[in-house]
Amino acid sequence: MEHSKVIVGLGSCGIAAGGNKVYQKIQSLKDSDNLGFVLEKTSCIGMCYREPLVEVVDDMGSWLYGDVDEKRAIEIISQHLVNKSPVKEYLVKSDLFETPDDQFFKGQVKIALRDCGYINPESIEEYEARNGYQALKKIAGEKVTQESVIQSILDSGLRGRGGGGFSTGLKWRFARNSQSDSKYVICNADEGDPGAFMDRSLLEGDPHAVIEGMIICAYAIGANGGVIYCRAEYPLAIHRLNIALDQARKKGYLGQDIAGISGFNLDISVKEGAGAFVCGEETALMASIEGKRGMPAKRPPFPAVRGLWGKPTNINNVETYANVPWIISNGAEKYASYGTEKSKGTKVFALTGKIVRGGLVEVPMGMTIRDIIYKLGGGIKDNKRFKAVQLGGPSGGCIPEHLIDTPIDYDSVTATGAIMGSGGMVVMDETTCMVDMARFFLDFTQKESCGKCTFCRIGTKRMLEILTRICEGNGQEGDIESLEELAYQIKDSSLCGLGQTAPNPVLTTLRYFRDEYEAHIRDKKCPARNCKQLLTYEIIPENCNGCTVCAKNCSVDAISGNRKEVHTIDQSRCIKCGICYTKCKFEAILVY
Amino acid sequence: MRVQRNIASAALADEPDISVDLSLLLPILHKYKTKKGNMIPLLQGTQNLYGFIPEAAFHLISEHTGLNISDMYGVATFYAQFRLKPVGKIIIKVCHGTACHVQNANMISDAIEESLGIKDGETTSDGLFTLESVACLGCCSLAPVMMIGDESYGKLTGKSAVQILKEIKIKWNTPK
Ligand SMILES: Cc1cc2nc3c(=O)[nH]c(=O)nc-3n(C[C@H](O)[C@H](O)[C@H](O)COP(=O)(O)O)c2cc1C
Ligand code: SF4
Ligand code: SF4
Ligand code: FES
Repeated sequence: MEHSKVIVGLGSCGIAAGGNKVYQKIQSLKDSDNLGFVLEKTSCIGMCYREPLVEVVDDMGSWLYGDVDEKRAIEIISQHLVNKSPVKEYLVKSDLFETPDDQFFKGQVKIALRDCGYINPESIEEYEARNGYQALKKIAGEKVTQESVIQSILDSGLRGRGGGGFSTGLKWRFARNSQSDSKYVICNADEGDPGAFMDRSLLEGDPHAVIEGMIICAYAIGANGGVIYCRAEYPLAIHRLNIALDQARKKGYLGQDIAGISGFNLDISVKEGAGAFVCGEETALMASIEGKRGMPAKRPPFPAVRGLWGKPTNINNVETYANVPWIISNGAEKYASYGTEKSKGTKVFALTGKIVRGGLVEVPMGMTIRDIIYKLGGGIKDNKRFKAVQLGGPSGGCIPEHLIDTPIDYDSVTATGAIMGSGGMVVMDETTCMVDMARFFLDFTQKESCGKCTFCRIGTKRMLEILTRICEGNGQEGDIESLEELAYQIKDSSLCGLGQTAPNPVLTTLRYFRDEYEAHIRDKKCPARNCKQLLTYEIIPENCNGCTVCAKNCSVDAISGNRKEVHTIDQSRCIKCGICYTKCKFEAILVY
Repeated sequence: MRVQRNIASAALADEPDISVDLSLLLPILHKYKTKKGNMIPLLQGTQNLYGFIPEAAFHLISEHTGLNISDMYGVATFYAQFRLKPVGKIIIKVCHGTACHVQNANMISDAIEESLGIKDGETTSDGLFTLESVACLGCCSLAPVMMIGDESYGKLTGKSAVQILKEIKIKWNTPK
């Protein structure tokens, strides 16, 4: 047992699923029985649907256990570590056996996530042991010039992973070409898309990869200051970033004459966001760092020319930076060998919603949506029918079933009317109402608009009012046309990406699910049975045995009937709260 | 989504006198006074101390740093994080991001609202809980999710959410 390790997954998702309790239980078992294994922690390896995860590494190999609670932890420790017989029924991945969960990893290529779940993110030594900071040392040792670093990034074909998809190498070249006594590198860790957590996982799981990427960028463009702008909702990421930055300073990866490159000085600090989606937009983000209201500014001048504190600045997303050290170490051609002609490399996606295996996956560009959802993700939960997948969050759109074979690359996704976005992939089934989804996103963008542009500020409000009334059964003829007209006007007259893309969720649902809008407006029906006010509740006489439970629970006394006789619902009184449906034990309430 | 921002009409002047110990602010003022871009960290530090930003704090920060009160108020009302009113001791943040919305986050808020007898954004009469909605907590694959303090709870049902709150309340009320 002396050489065995027990590693508990303690990313935010592991902790939310109860990982800390499991860690403490194992710690106390280890202490009370004086067991000789080493207890460690790591972060998320992406199998969020099996959290909490516990890995045992012994002389036989690696064994990953899923859905571990305190009870299972006791069993695993006593059977696997003490008696040397692995508990097969809880295994999700092992070197010796196949498990159904292996499908989750088939076809994944881990470049950005190369260390997530494999190292203790709070240990710089573990990062170094897996080739960490080797790219920086290679640049220093082989005296690679700034220009050839930029050329490698260009040749790799890496495009920004924050949503825009702009060529990273070109962006660096612009920043390098700007003359100034000081320049900045910024990492955009604002991760505003609600329903996405790629950047959080990366920062929690492998903070040094992002920091090394930033250091290399700073070298290439000649920057001497760095900021990581991280949203406040990610306390663990901020905590681990600060630990990592301290370690990097102590090892001389930050500071003066970094890695022995004379005159290369850099320090990086973490700036905590204060809760505004629009601050993910690069000019707003810089205003926010400067302590102002996060309002976007006109471009040009681009940040590469005039950015933070008026100095040339390069700003990239977390995942973009995490790819950089790998590209420098393994070569641009290797990176470019993955993916499609115009979209090179891999992309991380956060698979969520009505999917069996929800979590974080990294796949080569060009994989089809079907393969991601059905092969890796295991298909739709509860045997329901796939309806659509939402890509790109509030700026993106819903891709319907008939386009499920679309390959994931920037151009193919854009052709559907959605956008690649930062990597949120929310799967929806037949019970998700597409009009309600459009309303949900408009509600979000309307609240998050900074208010500078009239159409973004007021146009989104008008669209939201129309969508709300459609969902409440008060839709009118002409509403669809008004939505379309407003959508194009908002797109045309907004300054920043927030306003320019805010109508996308409405436009794509109108394009692919117009019949749902029409059913809401004309028939006052919600085909997905989601919009409460459009539902009808009725009692099925054959199933009702007159138990009176529904009548007792109805808050407006809309249900009447004598004990042991069939009950009825008075439609004029029913407020469609649905309580009778949840209370009836005899499936006697029909909803349609 | 139901993320509420501070409404500008919650003007500074309507706040009743809430007495706070302003001397607690001095270390923060000292730390950030001369740093550029210090406004947001100053306001964040203030809120960490009191749970909200009291009117008197705006005046004190302004006196010490020369920052305009109007600029600070502009920033405090722009970002969702800042509060101008006192809150309960424990803040419940129910996620209403996309993944949680699709997995029926409304039901979680409804159940909590019913059990605590408060609406979104309100505080219980005993001053223990404040209920808020947030955009995404980054634990989307465990949706629906809520966060209490720095701890997230996933795979919730209305019932389990209410149960978690009950346990927290009991812990809070038992003398240590
Ligand atoms: C409203 C809005 C929100 C954005 N939010 C983010 C974000 O949360 N994270 C991010 O990396 N980029 C975000 N962006 C994109 C950034 O403006 C910028 O393009 C990006 O950080 C550049 O990095 P990249 O080239 O590595 O993608 C947002 C853009 C807009 C218009
Ligand atoms: S488009 Fe909207 S969010 Fe962007 S600057 Fe204009 S008002 Fe602000
Ligand atoms: S709860 Fe169900 S079985 Fe009982 S009276 Fe109502 S409809 Fe009939
Ligand atoms: S959508 Fe709720 S945690 Fe992300």
